[in-house]
Amino acid sequence: MTTASVPLPAWINYGLIPLLNLVLAFFFSGLVVWAIGESPFEALQLLLIGALGRGEGIGFTLFYTTSFIFTGLSVAVAIHAGLFNIGSEGQAYLGGLGAALVALAMDRYVPWYVTMPFAVIGAALFGAACAAIPAWLQAKRGSHIVITTIMFNFIVSSLMNYMLVRVLIVPGKMAPETRTFLPGGQLPKLDWLIAMFGGKIGAAPLNFSFLIALIMCFLVWVLIWRTKLGYEMRTLGISPTAASYAGIRYSKIVMITMLISGGLAGMMALNPVMGASARLQIEFVGGAGFVGIAVSLMGRNHPAGIILAALLFGILYQGGAELSFDMPGITRDMIVVIQGMVILFAGALEYMLRPSIVRLYQQLTGK
Amino acid sequence: MSLDSPKEHAIELVGIDKKFGTVHANKNINLTVAKGSIHGIIGENGAGKSTLMSILYGFYQADHGEIRISGKPVTIRDSQAAIAAGIGMVHQHFMLVENFTVLENVMLGAEGGQLLAKGVASARKELKRLEDDYGLEVDPDAVIEELPVGSQQRVEILKALYRGADILILDEPTGVLTPPEADHLFKVLRVLRDQGKTIILITHKLREIMAITDTVSVMRRGEMVATRKTAETTVEELAELMVGRRVLLRVEKGAANPGGVLMSVRNLTVKDSRGVTMVDDVSFDVRAGEIVGIAGVAGNGQSELLEAIAGIRKPSSGEIFIDGKPVAGVDPAGLRDLGLAHIPEDRHHMGLVLKFEEYENSILGYHRDPRYGRGPLLDLEAMRKDAEEKIGKYDIRPPNPRLRTANFSGGNQQKIVVAREIERDPKMLIIGQPTRGVDIGAIEFIHKRIIEMRDASKAVLLVSVELDEIRSLSDRILVMFAGKIVGEKSGEAGEQTLGLMMAGIAA
Ligand SMILES: Nc1ncnc2c1ncn2[C@@H]1O[C@H](COP(=O)(O)OP(=O)(O)OP(=O)(O)O)[C@@H](O)[C@H]1O
Ligand SMILES: [Mg+2]
Repeated sequence: MTTASVPLPAWINYGLIPLLNLVLAFFFSGLVVWAIGESPFEALQLLLIGALGRGEGIGFTLFYTTSFIFTGLSVAVAIHAGLFNIGSEGQAYLGGLGAALVALAMDRYVPWYVTMPFAVIGAALFGAACAAIPAWLQAKRGSHIVITTIMFNFIVSSLMNYMLVRVLIVPGKMAPETRTFLPGGQLPKLDWLIAMFGGKIGAAPLNFSFLIALIMCFLVWVLIWRTKLGYEMRTLGISPTAASYAGIRYSKIVMITMLISGGLAGMMALNPVMGASARLQIEFVGGAGFVGIAVSLMGRNHPAGIILAALLFGILYQGGAELSFDMPGITRDMIVVIQGMVILFAGALEYMLRPSIVRLYQQLTGK
Repeated sequence: MSLDSPKEHAIELVGIDKKFGTVHANKNINLTVAKGSIHGIIGENGAGKSTLMSILYGFYQADHGEIRISGKPVTIRDSQAAIAAGIGMVHQHFMLVENFTVLENVMLGAEGGQLLAKGVASARKELKRLEDDYGLEVDPDAVIEELPVGSQQRVEILKALYRGADILILDEPTGVLTPPEADHLFKVLRVLRDQGKTIILITHKLREIMAITDTVSVMRRGEMVATRKTAETTVEELAELMVGRRVLLRVEKGAANPGGVLMSVRNLTVKDSRGVTMVDDVSFDVRAGEIVGIAGVAGNGQSELLEAIAGIRKPSSGEIFIDGKPVAGVDPAGLRDLGLAHIPEDRHHMGLVLKFEEYENSILGYHRDPRYGRGPLLDLEAMRKDAEEKIGKYDIRPPNPRLRTANFSGGNQQKIVVAREIERDPKMLIIGQPTRGVDIGAIEFIHKRIIEMRDASKAVLLVSVELDEIRSLSDRILVMFAGKIVGEKSGEAGEQTLGLMMAGIAA
């Protein structure tokens, strides 16, 4: 037994350690910036101002945050039942098809708030459908969910290519995308939210799906910690043998969990498809599914943590874009490096600092 | 023994104090252990024995107090420091890599150098020497998961010795062993002592204390209340020191008054995951108002039999009837609805989710019951109230339903399971190893509950590797050997007879 199992108070576990990880990530990113001859402090300043300085920047930051909340929740729900869903990317992509079909069918006839609930359901259903086959294979055949969900990312990608290039494309147009939805198929901007804090949303695509994401955070919290289903999921996730003792059916829980997880990933599509571009475009997910893994990990699979982690990645995305715009030395790829550092330190190396902190803590408190 | 010269003291603990939040686990503990002796530590569940040893082994830090090894004060921050100070620990739950060989496990973390081959050769030599010196025979090339528990434990001891341990801590080492394995362990411990090693042994079995220790210390509610030379004390005195009152070492029970058959098993055959037949064409009945005990050396199919009846393991043929209804293939949830409660053998893997808070575990398996929340929701308030009632009734310590289950002492964890299953007032109760790791006071308590169940006309099926427990509780005893029931005896059967039957010698 080593320091790994020494208990630490919550404020160290959930506050200090993530913070130090973040500082480390920024420190090493700073070294990289410094190495290419730019000032790290200026870069950090530009990044923060870009992400949080103006209403429009905040609008973009929260737009990215919205997507990451959905995919982060998707990953977290699966993890609670002991399942590692790497397919949020593909599930979100297929969810886009569900949302788009609803929007295309209804936007002519009804206002957005009538379309919205159907679009939420459509996106969730399509996302869930994408998770269903891997879930079934895991539940009944024991095929590892990590492998099958990865495979489904590729399958969905090809399927969506086909749909957009052959089926949904506007005749006579070159771009593989659907027609633009009418306002009845769009989610309204949250300009009033930014205005509440005295800013202007400008061109930022922050939209109503941000509120849906927050509602989902609450619902996921209720699901995991306040329902019998959540209890069964957590039991299975922690101890499959105790679950079988308790009469919790493995295949049932695996199926339900993955459908919920896929559904949450599918809802992510509402944000870019119905909120931002008002049409279904090729590759619109853009890696948000994979970021969801890091977000869930950093957020300790808890909705509150996921909101914070999603916000952090939102800041990195938006601030990074601004930074590469303002500092010619820093390219788009550099931003990816910085994001990678955060994932590395806050996600993968989560426990790197723990032993030394345990030591320090013991020295300060014990004798 | 000249206990005055500190040089002769392998270990001195001075004023050790440890609190976990409001739980005062160790209160100003002083303990001296003489070099080259076997020192027993006993005490009720939650008395603080494991905590004290964890402090000595660097797993926890004491809030106050000093540790001296051979008279020298030391700071033990983690297990590496403990090993450096010559302290080895044999954990109750083994820390071995299951698919490594014995040799690989012993070397792990002490490989010595970058090239494995050289280290392997010298490790093999060293291992051979240790085996010869201490009579610890195990095949260095055997894979751990294929070894019986007793041998796995020997590997744990070898690991500690290989790292140069002079002081060996064993926390409830015999809980998982069969009687012959336990005898073997004691032989090894005596040899180790005679070669100058110091041994600390924690156990709930006073018989073992009397048989093997030189000195014994008693803990009660975080305090060290007495230390005695083993030769100068008795089981009765120790029991009283531990619990603070006189304890019944044997349960009193009236005659059974059996009614109709509630549970019956017919030609049941069960295979394990590798396809080996573990239960072989077994048939028996359990009637209302009787306790049927299944005696046998561990690993003769009892576990698989229990799991099959509990619906966890699918039998490959045969039938199980509850109240006359065939139930083979019904899942554990369905069986609970029929009034079957199950106290599983392995509380860590089955009976409890250790990461859950106590109150969450106190509904495991019954969580769908409307009394814990209507519809899909859980009613945490109701769950906690229910848990508090059980905590009170079963004297589970500390009385905190919000504490993580892993932080309860072993015996208190067992009480959580027992309380949950018995308080459901089931019609039938199947029990595996009800008092493993449980202190004598709690054993008395659990045994009384089991007998109360019987007297309330429940059918009780009891599996235990403790022959004493089987004999004192059962109205009828079935002996299991190599997957078969090899005989039936009344509850009064002698230890000798049963022992021979368990070894497959006489029927
Ligand atoms: N990490 C922890 N956090 C909170 N309380 C703890 C922790 N570890 C132990 N305790 C509490 O400290 C007390 C002493 O526990 P300990 O495990 O030392 O008992 P024990 O004497 O070994 O009992 P047993 O015979 O049942 O194994 C118990 O009340 C236990 O619940
Ligand atoms: Mg203990």
